[in-house]
Amino acid sequence: MVEEKIVELYPEQEIRCPTHLSIGEEATAVGVCENLRQDDMVFGYHRSHAHYLAKGGNLKAFMAELYGKATGCSRGKGGSMHLIDISVNFLGTTPILGGTVPLAVGAALSSQMQGKDNIAVAFFGDAAAEEGIIHESLNFASLKKLPVLFVCENNLYSVQTPLSARQPEREIYLLGKAHAVDSYLADGYDALKVYEIAKKAVEKIRAGNGPIFLELLTYRWREHCGPNYDFELGYRNEVEFLKWKEKDPIKKLKEEMLEANILSNEEFEGMREEINREIEDAVSFAKDSPFPEKDELYSNVYSEQGHEK
Amino acid sequence: MKSNRIISYMEAVREGIDLCLEKYPSVFIIGPGVPDPKGVFGTTLNLVDKYGPGRVLDMPLSENGITGVCIGAALTGMRPIMVHQRMDFSLLAIDELINNAAKWHYMFGGWCEVPLVIRLIIGRGWGQGAQHSQNLQALYAHIPGLKVVMPTTPYDVKGLLISSIEDNNPIIFIEHRWLYNMCEHVPEAMYRVPIGKSKIVREGEDITIASTSYMTIESIKASRIIENLGISPEIVDIRTIKPLDTNLIIKSVKKTGRLLVIDSGWKSGGIAGEVIASVVEEAFDSFKSKPQRITLPDIPTPTSHSLTRHYYPTYVDIANKIATMAGMGTEKAELRKILKSKKYDTPSDIPHLSFTGPF
Repeated sequence: MVEEKIVELYPEQEIRCPTHLSIGEEATAVGVCENLRQDDMVFGYHRSHAHYLAKGGNLKAFMAELYGKATGCSRGKGGSMHLIDISVNFLGTTPILGGTVPLAVGAALSSQMQGKDNIAVAFFGDAAAEEGIIHESLNFASLKKLPVLFVCENNLYSVQTPLSARQPEREIYLLGKAHAVDSYLADGYDALKVYEIAKKAVEKIRAGNGPIFLELLTYRWREHCGPNYDFELGYRNEVEFLKWKEKDPIKKLKEEMLEANILSNEEFEGMREEINREIEDAVSFAKDSPFPEKDELYSNVYSEQGHEK
Repeated sequence: MKSNRIISYMEAVREGIDLCLEKYPSVFIIGPGVPDPKGVFGTTLNLVDKYGPGRVLDMPLSENGITGVCIGAALTGMRPIMVHQRMDFSLLAIDELINNAAKWHYMFGGWCEVPLVIRLIIGRGWGQGAQHSQNLQALYAHIPGLKVVMPTTPYDVKGLLISSIEDNNPIIFIEHRWLYNMCEHVPEAMYRVPIGKSKIVREGEDITIASTSYMTIESIKASRIIENLGISPEIVDIRTIKPLDTNLIIKSVKKTGRLLVIDSGWKSGGIAGEVIASVVEEAFDSFKSKPQRITLPDIPTPTSHSLTRHYYPTYVDIANKIATMAGMGTEKAELRKILKSKKYDTPSDIPHLSFTGPF
């Protein structure tokens, strides 16, 4: 719903940054993050609005960041691709493929060195699995038995390039196995299935059994970057999209909850209304917030923090 | 801070690391060979016995990945030191260094810090060749968010290393291998040398020499010759490449009217050009002669010592340049004679005559 709002607002040209929407990929973010504690640490990538929100990131600061405002989560210096909320240990997102994966491994190393039981999670896409740094990260995490969960969201495309043009016919989760990491494949369009498999993974990792790799099959509805559909480009077709849309993970979860009498239609509509209000508040907050002052340009190049003595 | 004890540059590095490991539980050191019997040319020797393999770590040969691991650890409460036995190897890690370490603090509006020290060792001589001897300080100095430190003396290397480990920013800490056996008085206690401050290592009147790392040693040697001919150079050891402190150099040029910048790296897009530009911008009217630089030629390092002798500038080249800049007339013939006899008095591929290779 947050991103449907972004789709609506983007043509106003006030959100002036590359924006990679997670519409269609909600179940992976929610299914994993529902199992995490506040002190668990999450890193994402360029398509990470869903991860930020699922980890509990502040919606107003998120929206303000998209608008480039001083009240944004990165004070207007990050935008959609650089989201952070340290109050919930959502520790950052970047668009260099695989770039944050070793950072999650490093956060897990900290946890191990500090004798804590919090874990780290790295979200990344199928194309990141082609980067050498993924292998370096898996190798080290496996070697040191670090508490880190690797979550590969396989949405079949890197920008407009299909998986078949980039990887041989072998499933991505097998890369984890090659590094002696417990690895699993699951349907990323089934929120409950993701939740269940992530729950087991998180418990196992927290108990000190080392890293786990999950490959979750998913699909983005909109174009690689921006608010539109892109079927006219011809690299994928609407039939394929409609097939995935039919399996809409949110619709599916709603139906399962209605069927199990966990949720009523009224409650669902109530939730929608409440979320809509929150989104409207966040958009107003973002629009009403001031832009950063000129001096902000020069601050934070270096940390001015004095020496720890 | 005074001390009667004399130790080498290598020992001073090791002592700085040792003191920080002892003082801060958050500090750890990682790099290929860190706990091995040679201990990164002695700089990490036996530290594993004192602090254990949990804080003195070997690593898989995954420079980029482990740099990312160190950044992640730094973001979450640790203060990693990572070491590359050759500066050239850090090129495998420039994605993490430039895209993440340098920018994390800025890109996320100052919420996080990356207290990370990357130790890079410049190789030279004994046929190190094109990929074991690069001086890449200019490459790193180009990047906002990184600090680049190049200590020359044992005293400075210990003090600057401690300052770097305590700093909350990513620091590119560059050690030249030919400095490792240099000795001087170094206090045993913890002390700091500030990052971002250059230092006058020789006072003089006639010409300002600003130099980096090992080239400061060559500059001192050149001064000893040239002072016999009545020219008194002032030498500023730049010490920190980024942020560059030009204050002392400008002050000195205002006194001497001449500037010779000597960097261990290449000419094009290099530190020497940057220093000259910065000083000229501030003190153009003070110059009595055009500023000059001595650098490596824009050529990859050759391997054969018959070629490296023409590749690396020495104190002889520096003395010659000083003489020319100071406008020496009749005395110059005398100088030429002295220098000619010295040009190849030590081989260009070893730091001192007792060295028998390999590195």
